[in-house]
Amino acid sequence: MQQAWEGFEDGNWTKEVDVRDFIQKNYTPYEGDDSFLVGPTERTTKLWDDVMALMLKEREQGGVLDMDTKVVTGILSHPAGYIDAEHPERETIVGLQTDKPLKRALHVNGGIRIACQAASQHGYEVDPEVVDFYTNKRKTHNAGVFDVYKPEMRACRSAHIITGLPDGYGRGRIIGDYRRVALYGVDALIKDKQAQKSSTPSVMNEDNIRLREELSEQIRSLQQLIELGKLYGFDIARPAENTQEAIQWMYLAYLAAVKDQNGAAMSIGRTSTFIDIYAERDLKNGTFTEEQIQEFVDHFIMKLRMVKFARTPEYQNLFSGDPQWVTESIGGMGVDGRTLVTKMSYRYLHTLETMGTSPEPNLTVLWSTKLPQAFKEFCAKTSIASSSIQYENDDVMRVYHGDDYAIACCVSSMRVGKEMQFFGARANLAKCLLYALNGGVDEVSKKQIGPKYRPVEGDTLDFDDVMDKYKDMMKWLAGVYVNTLNIIHYMHDKYCYEAIQMALHDKDVHRWFATGIAGLSVVADSLSAIKYAKVHPVRDENGVIVDFDIEGDFPKYGNDDDRVDSIAHDIVHEFMECIRRHETYRNSVPTTSVLTITSNVVYGKNTGATPDGRKAGVPFAPGANPMHQRDTHGAIASLSSVSKLPFRDAQDGISNTFSIVPGALGKDDQVMFGDLDLGDIEFENPVACCDCTDSSAPEGAEDR
Amino acid sequence: MARVQLENASGGDSAYALGRIHSIESMGTVDGPGVRFVVFTQGCPMRCAYCHNPDTWAVGKDVGTSVSVEKILEEFESNRPFYRTGGITVTGGEPLLQPEFVGDLFAAMHDNPNGRVHTCLDSCGYAYNPKRAERFEKVLDHTDLVLLDIKHSDPEGHKALTRCAPDNILAFGDELARRGIKVIIRHVIVPGITDTEEECEALGRLIAPWRNVVGLEMLPYHTMGIVKYEQLGLEYPLKDVPAMDKARIPALREAVMRGLRAGRAEQRHCEA
Repeated sequence: MQQAWEGFEDGNWTKEVDVRDFIQKNYTPYEGDDSFLVGPTERTTKLWDDVMALMLKEREQGGVLDMDTKVVTGILSHPAGYIDAEHPERETIVGLQTDKPLKRALHVNGGIRIACQAASQHGYEVDPEVVDFYTNKRKTHNAGVFDVYKPEMRACRSAHIITGLPDGYGRGRIIGDYRRVALYGVDALIKDKQAQKSSTPSVMNEDNIRLREELSEQIRSLQQLIELGKLYGFDIARPAENTQEAIQWMYLAYLAAVKDQNGAAMSIGRTSTFIDIYAERDLKNGTFTEEQIQEFVDHFIMKLRMVKFARTPEYQNLFSGDPQWVTESIGGMGVDGRTLVTKMSYRYLHTLETMGTSPEPNLTVLWSTKLPQAFKEFCAKTSIASSSIQYENDDVMRVYHGDDYAIACCVSSMRVGKEMQFFGARANLAKCLLYALNGGVDEVSKKQIGPKYRPVEGDTLDFDDVMDKYKDMMKWLAGVYVNTLNIIHYMHDKYCYEAIQMALHDKDVHRWFATGIAGLSVVADSLSAIKYAKVHPVRDENGVIVDFDIEGDFPKYGNDDDRVDSIAHDIVHEFMECIRRHETYRNSVPTTSVLTITSNVVYGKNTGATPDGRKAGVPFAPGANPMHQRDTHGAIASLSSVSKLPFRDAQDGISNTFSIVPGALGKDDQVMFGDLDLGDIEFENPVACCDCTDSSAPEGAEDR
Repeated sequence: MARVQLENASGGDSAYALGRIHSIESMGTVDGPGVRFVVFTQGCPMRCAYCHNPDTWAVGKDVGTSVSVEKILEEFESNRPFYRTGGITVTGGEPLLQPEFVGDLFAAMHDNPNGRVHTCLDSCGYAYNPKRAERFEKVLDHTDLVLLDIKHSDPEGHKALTRCAPDNILAFGDELARRGIKVIIRHVIVPGITDTEEECEALGRLIAPWRNVVGLEMLPYHTMGIVKYEQLGLEYPLKDVPAMDKARIPALREAVMRGLRAGRAEQRHCEA
């Protein structure tokens, strides 16, 4: 065995690229509490203070500190960059996207027009030579897509019935298995890719030609990755030999990805348990102390907090802010019943205390009822103190993806290095319902966007009639939607290929064709109103329905009421069936998500009044959430409604955004009598129940 | 997993007393230990000046929703795993206006085939009638914990604050003590009314004889109820009273404890 692997247990992982096998053979499940945690070091605190000062300056300048307008970004586009260029030794994990901290790189392969907009709206101008080159000499993804779009697709796009399409920016959502770089070193990965290339079939049809070209691109990007390591003084051609190197190697691979791609979500994967194996070995051998290891983790997370992209205000409106979705998946259970929680799971979450709260990286706990109790308590404590942990249901996802999957963006689950997805934004199903009522006429622009089907007639909407028309309109929408995405992903592969990320995947990847649904709760409540109350359409002078009068009450989604929850369930299933009828690019497997976490505001803005009583322009509820204030039975009933949605159909994820004021989580003041309260006076009933929660939240932390 | 369709409840085939409720909260975290299924009953005889649920006052056939015990059980069962460390709480309104319903509900929770459920009664005690104690037999037989509101330690003060005399409430407290049912005392601290050390110490002495008291919850008065009064077109009795300063709560809690200790010490002295 190699020196780097000394002390590790042998397995299939030593014979081929198999990170999961390495983890399973070598990791140490941890069932204890958080008392072992230490830090931060003074060095970490000072460094983070410097970064916070830069971030403050960035906010004061309207959101951007600095932007590159001349050098087109790539793995090797910039020299080494440091937070403190004069004292690089202050950082135990190094690497920046450009030569300076928070300076945003110039990404053009997605589309030069968007890159120019992003720059100009922050007061910068992209070098005219670059603009000319990417307008007239080198084609971009965006240009390719618009060469092919049909008029109907463009119409749907501007009417916002299909929105947020990744046709002018990077699609993201691909997670490279960055751990491979640490475990095997880049040389071994190149050899593996070369072997894959020589194993391709000799018949040169379109698929094989593309595969061979992509493998060549992957190999080239890996060679560049070695050079990126050299810029920072590391030989990452060889495997990492200790915790610090493992984190550094992994981070450099991720850094190459974010230098190469400005994706809608650039998630990091599921790294903590992997890194813990190195930490356990180093602690045992006395190579590093707990304090040193926490410092490496802090500096690594600090780097992830600094990942930034140049984006347009429209994009930021869509995502309500400047998110990167650097998602790291933590914990979960193994298929063999052992927990995948390790001490490193604690150390990652501990960064929310060592460096205060932060929305990025998006630390996501894979929650199982079987997680160790001490870890559950630590999560709860950290959540209360930081409001910065996302939770996902491991018990649901493990069934489909095994125990080495990670979350891309907010909810998209995929097996690391084995599955990827084609991100496909969302179809606005609430608007689609209005099209069904109006025979394809858009209720806002009054233009004929959809097919000219027969609109509904009469003064009261009839449930069966509306459902028939709605199903027809969904069929049409699914067709335009899938074909639009086929174009987008074809062009993205052609002009904006994620070479380094795909180099960290197996050769034969499983591709998900991700679609999405917006406005589900609006649709469910609307159909419920039509079924259980009387809904009278209000038409304008041209006969277009623009509003509704509702007579009587109706069951509302979010109250654990099957009468309406079953409607929500059926709509998701029905729409997926419509999607499945179509051919998808590269034989990808279609799925959908119900997960707008922020863009629900924009979707609502562009949608007219709906039969549930929602007025024109009012935001949709996020994701699969019930509409605001319509869930009147409390959180558990609300969550129960959401949990009835079919994961089998919406495998790309179902999200529920849940806000709660700390006081509503239980009493934080003293209630029960303790020993001191009564002095020497005994009382007859011993205290059998106690609901005192720990409310010790650190001060001064900034909420998401 | 059919949910309760409260609107359609009919008493025809129920083996239990029907209830009239205001609403249900599926995730209660402040009315008893753990995560709780909370039933708000409709109707209250008291008119506490600071009441933040005036919409639960009215009594009668036209207010609230009629519901059967079976329907509540069904709704509870569909989400049972959430209440593993909690249970069910009935609050109000005033639950003891409907002792038969609450009694049937708690008995069904205790004798539940899927496992016993912890029951908690949040009550002001005023509806308790010692002369008709048999009406309350069943509910008290099946109550694990009572959150007992003592609004004011002084009878006159109590009347001024709630428009009701405290006698029934104290009788209820005595009955709970006799039965040894665990009680957490709740006391709302209102500036200018119940925020003095004297009042709090007197409260401590008042509850000292009840050896079943296991906790004391001091609730600082807040002004969040005002909106509901506006919606209902009612005049808000405490218009000019500011929210209670939370910083003073620990000292006032200590005053109650002082009274409690003194009261118990005297009692022991007498017994000796």
